[in-house]
Formats: sequence, C-alpha cells, structure tokens
Amino acid sequence: MAMIEFKNVSKWYGSFQVLKDCTTKVEKGEVIVVCGPSGSGKSTLIKCVNGLEPFQQGELIVNGQSVGAKTTNLPQLRAKIGMVFQNFELFPHMSVTANLNLAQVKVLGRSPEESTEKSRALLQRVGLIDHARKFPGQLSGGQQQRVAIARALAMDPIAMLFDEPTSALDPEMINEVLDVMVELAQEGMTMMCVTHEMGFARKVAHRVIFMDQGEIVEDATKTDFFGTPRSERAQQFLSKILHH
Amino acid sequence: MFTDFDFDVIERALPYLWQGMMFSLGLTLLAMVGGIVLGTLLALMRLSSYKVLRVPAGTYVNLLRSTPLILVIFWFYFLVPIAVKHITGDSYAQGIGPFHSALIAFTLFEAAYYCEIIRAGIQSVPAGQVQAAQALGLNYWQATLQVVLPQAFRNMVPILLTQGIILFQDTSLVYVVGLTDFMGAASKVAQRDGRLVEMYLFAALIYFILCYLASFFVKRLQSRITPPR
Ligand SMILES: Nc1ncnc2c1ncn2[C@@H]1O[C@H](COP(=O)(O)OP(=O)(O)O)[C@@H](O)[C@H]1O
Ligand SMILES: [Mg+2]
Repeated sequence: MAMIEFKNVSKWYGSFQVLKDCTTKVEKGEVIVVCGPSGSGKSTLIKCVNGLEPFQQGELIVNGQSVGAKTTNLPQLRAKIGMVFQNFELFPHMSVTANLNLAQVKVLGRSPEESTEKSRALLQRVGLIDHARKFPGQLSGGQQQRVAIARALAMDPIAMLFDEPTSALDPEMINEVLDVMVELAQEGMTMMCVTHEMGFARKVAHRVIFMDQGEIVEDATKTDFFGTPRSERAQQFLSKILHH
Repeated sequence: MFTDFDFDVIERALPYLWQGMMFSLGLTLLAMVGGIVLGTLLALMRLSSYKVLRVPAGTYVNLLRSTPLILVIFWFYFLVPIAVKHITGDSYAQGIGPFHSALIAFTLFEAAYYCEIIRAGIQSVPAGQVQAAQALGLNYWQATLQVVLPQAFRNMVPILLTQGIILFQDTSLVYVVGLTDFMGAASKVAQRDGRLVEMYLFAALIYFILCYLASFFVKRLQSRITPPR
C-alpha cells in the first residue's frame, strides 16, 4: 500500500480550478520531487496531503486513511506527517528548544524531559546544538530552516513534506539545508519535496513530478525526466531553470 | 482669582479622593480583565468558520459599539432587576446593586471594543504560523493558545493599554447609578467647597501622571516580551 495516494484530486477556489484531476502515488521510502512554474499548484497539492488545504473532488489516502473523510482525525494524522515551509514558520516567541518541544509535549504527551532530550539529539544532528537556547529571530535563514526540519523530525514522522524549503534562503545557505535533506533521503525517509533544486533531485529523487496550471503534466522516474521529458512544457521549464 | 488659590482643599479631601481613585482603578482593572477574556472569545467567534458563532458575535459587537456606554450602564442597572423579577416571579427581587451592575455593564461594553482590537491582532499573525501549528498536529485550541494568541497579544499591547486608559476615564459615568469614582469625587468636592479650579487642575494632573506611568510600564513590558533577534 502506498504511503500517499492521490486519486483524481481536484480543487477549486471559487470558479478557478487550482488542481485538475491529480493522480499520483508516493511509496514508503520514496523521494518525490515536485516542480513547475510559480502558481501551478505545487503548494496546494502538497498541503492537501496533511489536510491544510481541503479539496472538493477525488480521494487522497495517507497511511491508509482518507484525508477528506469527515471521520478522519486530522490533528492525529498531521502529527505523523512532518512539514517544512518556505518561510520556516518557527514560532518567534519561543526558544529553539521550546519550538521542538511544543508538539512533543502537547500532541504526543511526552514529558518535558523526554522531549528536551529528543530535541537536543535532533539539534545535534542538524548541527545547531549550540543555538538551543536562542530565539528564531537570532538565527540565519539556513539555521532557522534546519531547526524547522528538526522540529518536524521530533514527532517521529512517517513521511516528510517540503514546500520550497530553500527558496527563501540566501544562496550560500541553500546547501546546509539540502545536506540535511539528502541525509534524510538516504536514510529512507518518505519525502515529497516541492523544489527547483535539480541537483537535489538528481542526487536522491526516485521520481519527479512536473506540474503546470494545476495539472500533473509529467510523472516520471528521475532518469526519464532528466533524459527526455515527454511534454514540451516540461522541456521548456527545465531549460529555463537549468540554464540561468 | 488666581491670587487666592487654596490648595488645602485638596489635602482635606484626600481620603475621599483616594476612595474615588480606588473605585476607578478597581472598576477599570476588573472590567479590563473581564473585557479582554470575553473580547478574546468574541474575536475567536467572529473569525470562526462556523456561521452560528460568527453571526451572533458580530451582531453583539456591532450592537454594543453603536450604543453609548452611559446607556448600557443605565439599562443594566434598571433593566436587570425587572428581568430578574420577570424570570423568578419574585416581585420583591432586588437588583444586583449599583457596583455589580456597573461592572457587568463595563465588561460587556468593553468586550465589544476589545473584540475588534483582538480580532485585528489575531489577523496580524501570519497564516503560515497557524499552518505550522496545525501541521505539527496541534488542535484548534492548542494552536490558538500556544501559537496565535501569544503573538497576537504581543502586537496589541499598546492599543490594549490605550483602550484601558479610555476605560479608566469612562468610569466617571458611574454617577448615573449613584456611584462615585475619582472624577466624581473631585467634582463633588469642587462644587461643595467652591474650589473648581484647584480641584480640576489637581484631577488633570493625576490623570496625566497615571497615564504617563501606564505608558512607561507598557514600554518596559513590551521590551521584555519581545523575543530577542
Ligand atoms: N486562497 C486562495 N484563493 C484563491 N486563489 C488561490 C489561493 N491560494 C492560491 N491560489 C491560487 O492557486 C494557484 C496555485 O497556487 P500555489 O499552489 O501556491 O502554486 P505554487 O505553489 O505552484 O506556486 C495560484 O494561481 C494562486 O494564485
Ligand atoms: Mg508554492
């Protein structure tokens, strides 16, 4: 059974259709890169997975549960799916450690001591243990994004969603974040990543999805995608982002 | 007339003025706390995705904001006993007394204003913060209490204070139900002893000092609750 399965998912904002009949799968341990022009619906697609964006048609099964079903306990499902945002979205009024502890204590019911231990291990892992007591505003963008990844990992997620995790970063900070993501991928984490970092895609992705105007235009293995994309739109897009 | 200023009148009236001041401060603080708590609930209702919460809260807020405070105080004082009488059928039912009815009136009235301030404060928290909280599995109340409100209140401290000062000044309206606040006490003394200028100068000075202290306190509070960056 796939970890994440989209079956003809469609979504509208009023009369504007953001997602058109999207169908795809993410198997356990797979790393999927989603790319496409701005406004093509990538964020919307990925936010459907944990129910941050509701959709009107089709079905979406995550870890055996139907996301759109009324009976699904969304907070419970979300607690198992990590998400990393373009703008980090650390809680600015809490220290780095408190950011990592919050949901562990409130959602998983871990004790503060146990949470802190887990948090410190993860901060160590992303190379930020020295910043444990600082506040998000005192860290660089790259550091904040690594904290955000650690915060998601603190919940022991079964899959991770990334929405353009490096596009708000200064160029010199992109790699420190990608390195953490590559490591996660190599450890077998199930990942769905919206990103234009084609180096990352080449290195660890199993499949690449190309979206345009709310449609999944291309859903190919990495080799096929970078070899000869079938659609003209994907070819154009690739030549644009690879040659500048 | 300025040659025969008599500031002794103030000294003699001090205990009475002090009593009035304690009344003003007490009513302000209680109504502020009550108003902020109720106002927060109203703001959350107004921002709810459920119409059954949104509409009544919106109606309440618009109604009270279009009513003069003095009317609310008056109304509460005279209408509540009648309502109680009607409900309990006890023709001897007493009101809840001028202080409690004034406190309830102020709280209900201020809640409508606080609601609008707090609603704006909540909306000033970026939507991404709510999404991040939800993505971690926090439920509505956890996300609201842990993530949204702390940030909303941090942005709102100055305007909440301003509203508090307005409330403090408005406590003088309790004269309509026979209560005496600081301003009421000052004007009674002024009229009784024929010392209008001295008393009103003194009252203005006290208001100025208190407001100054309050804004000083808020600045310190604000720098303390602003996370370092
Ligand atoms: N709340 C909204 N209301 C109306 N339209 C929206 C809303 N959010 C996004 N959109 C539109 O949906 C489309 C897809 O948005 P998004 O998923 O953010 O694209 P991407 O992440 O690929 O840049 C865009 O055209 C955007 O303008
Ligand atoms: Mg996007």
